Amino acid sequence: MPAGNGRFLNKPITGALTGILNRVSSSSRNSNFRKKRERNNRVCCRKVNVSFKRLCENLDKMAQFGFENDIHSILKLDMPITNAPMARWQRKASSSNASALNGLSPGKSANVSLSTTKTPSKTPGKNKKQTPSKMGGDRFIPTRNSKQMDVASFLLTKENETVDTNEQNATSENQKAMSMSLNGYNIEEAKILHLGGKPLNAPEGYQNNLKVLYSQGATPASVKKTRHISSTPDRILDAPELRNDFYLNLLDWSSCNVLAVALHNCVYLLDASQGEITLLMKLEREEDYICSLSWTKEGSYLAIGTSDCQTQLWDVYNQKHLRSMASHTSRVVSLSWNDHVLSSGSRSGHIHHHDVRVANHHIATLTGHSQEVCGLQWSPDGRYLASGGNDNMVYVWPRVQDGPANQAVHCWSEHQGAVKALAWCPWQPNILASGGGTSDRHIRIWNVNSGSCISSLDTQSQISSLVFAPNYKELVSAHGYAHNNVVIWKYPSLTRVAELNGHEDRVLSLILSPDFSTVATVAGDETIRMWKSFELDPIKKKAKERLAKSTSGVIHQSIR
Amino acid sequence: MTSTLNGITLKGSAELVANFFSFGINSILYQRGIYPPETFSRITQYDMNLQLTTDPKLKNYLTKVVSQLKEWLFECTVQKFVLVITCLETNEVLERWQFDIDCDKSAKESSAPREKSIKIIQDEIRSVMRQITATVTFLPLLETPCAFDLLVYTDKDLLVPDKWEASGPQIIDQSEEVRLRSFATSIHKVNSMVAYKRTDSV
Repeated sequence: MPAGNGRFLNKPITGALTGILNRVSSSSRNSNFRKKRERNNRVCCRKVNVSFKRLCENLDKMAQFGFENDIHSILKLDMPITNAPMARWQRKASSSNASALNGLSPGKSANVSLSTTKTPSKTPGKNKKQTPSKMGGDRFIPTRNSKQMDVASFLLTKENETVDTNEQNATSENQKAMSMSLNGYNIEEAKILHLGGKPLNAPEGYQNNLKVLYSQGATPASVKKTRHISSTPDRILDAPELRNDFYLNLLDWSSCNVLAVALHNCVYLLDASQGEITLLMKLEREEDYICSLSWTKEGSYLAIGTSDCQTQLWDVYNQKHLRSMASHTSRVVSLSWNDHVLSSGSRSGHIHHHDVRVANHHIATLTGHSQEVCGLQWSPDGRYLASGGNDNMVYVWPRVQDGPANQAVHCWSEHQGAVKALAWCPWQPNILASGGGTSDRHIRIWNVNSGSCISSLDTQSQISSLVFAPNYKELVSAHGYAHNNVVIWKYPSLTRVAELNGHEDRVLSLILSPDFSTVATVAGDETIRMWKSFELDPIKKKAKERLAKSTSGVIHQSIR
Repeated sequence: MTSTLNGITLKGSAELVANFFSFGINSILYQRGIYPPETFSRITQYDMNLQLTTDPKLKNYLTKVVSQLKEWLFECTVQKFVLVITCLETNEVLERWQFDIDCDKSAKESSAPREKSIKIIQDEIRSVMRQITATVTFLPLLETPCAFDLLVYTDKDLLVPDKWEASGPQIIDQSEEVRLRSFATSIHKVNSMVAYKRTDSV
């Protein structure tokens, strides 16, 4: 408590204190307080401080809880003090205000200060009244804002002024000017009328909702508080020997919550719930390296694309290599599952479909790209396959049909850079998002039904991966040159929600966890970072869990 | 239109100005959302689309005010016409639309019609109406339910008709003012301005 402002505290506190302390049976300090009561009100605060301490000690000893409550209410010094008289400097200030206004007497200072100055809540009240026994009087205090106190007092006191004939002209001009400024018009010459009668209000409960029409962006009613998105990753893992190659897809997260990452020629599995890391496999030849990884929908099998043009299939639970499928003429950089069909894209520009259940796995070839097929994604409903290549093209292929040639449904060349980032919207059918490389840097949203580009957004950095995050309906993009970060965009407005910075080199891959709450990124700085950005409220989580259906796959029975 | 093709009589001028006020008030009530937009219907006036209220009580009230205003305009005894928007609960004045009327008192009923093309007057009125609509871009949103009142500043010695009462000016303290365009028939000149409560934010 600042000592200088003692006046703010003393009257009610000591007044109440004395009331309480009179009930205190024996204390040598009683006499002090009695003296204080008789003394003038300007008591130094420090003494009150010390007395408080002693008083509290007494209270503790006596354990009379009624007193405690009273003390606590006094000690709560956050209420405006209404009982203390106005400080001298304030009285002076208000009287000088009064004299500035024509003809108002100092006695009426109360109302002047009401209308002309902003009264801070802590200044003592302007009413001179007796100290009540408790804070906050119980008198009716009328509000006078709507009445024209200034006009009224001006008119009242105008007649009392001494009329000096010499100065009359000057003062009358002054008065005229004053009344003009006070009232906005010359009272002498005009009067204001309005049609009386019942007020005409809009129907009950009508609330002006023009804010919906006229305000852009956030208004208090409509804005949902954006959740807190942590700017630091939940976990950072070391990924030594990671190949810093833009075109490879070395990260995938299974529906059983196992994260698979390929480091050069080894594949490691991280059990995200337990934290266990196991080495699944290692390629025999040192010069070979893993180019792509893809989990099946159930998460029991992992497809691995290698630099020696092979696609391997592993049973993860038994840690067993099931088969190797050779059909490509160059490295297999992208993989995507559609039930029992595995599609693979390679540096040659060809996309092969493999039916993994049969011996003759290679069932179809899609030719269209002229360069490396780095992006490959089946739509969630399995109707379309989107592919993006180093030739800047995006193709959309229909579901595998029997027949020699498969024609693309769409072919988009709008991107100016390699299209590795492809993502289908899980909650809106037929929406595809694609992201371009260094020379393009744009995210484009396509409607596969109409074939048109719905929107396009310049992100200013190379886009290496895109993922739709359904929890909050957002699109997440992973960037390389030049920002090396992950950006979360609101979908479909594509407004920036958050940026996840931390990687020191270009982010190569981005993958969403099976519970949609976390994204894992792997970057050229040889780290894997997990960002828990999409955590749902516990209430919403329970609702979602109730709705979730379990999707069972038939595949685990059919693979030999 | 009670005016000759090129000349404006006092009566015609009064009617023009009164019409302007009628449409202007309706427009302001619609734009500021004092009344629900469903209660307004679109009409064409001054070669533009304007909104006119269909609420019978409101219509009645406005007709009474405007017709009285027309009389006063004819007599050249009105100085200002003010629309005040107040917050319903706190009675605080939030917005104040003030139309200053300058009347050429030399024009009398019997004097010859003055030269001013109707078209020019209409153009001027139209630009003021457009400006009123455009003010929505900077006027602060009225978040609370509001009531409005119409005030008329008349000459001191005017006989106060039935049902009309005296009132204060209802000035906003701490206001921002914006002057809008003015228009003039050759007899009356109307200056418009809007004052609104300065908002603390931004």
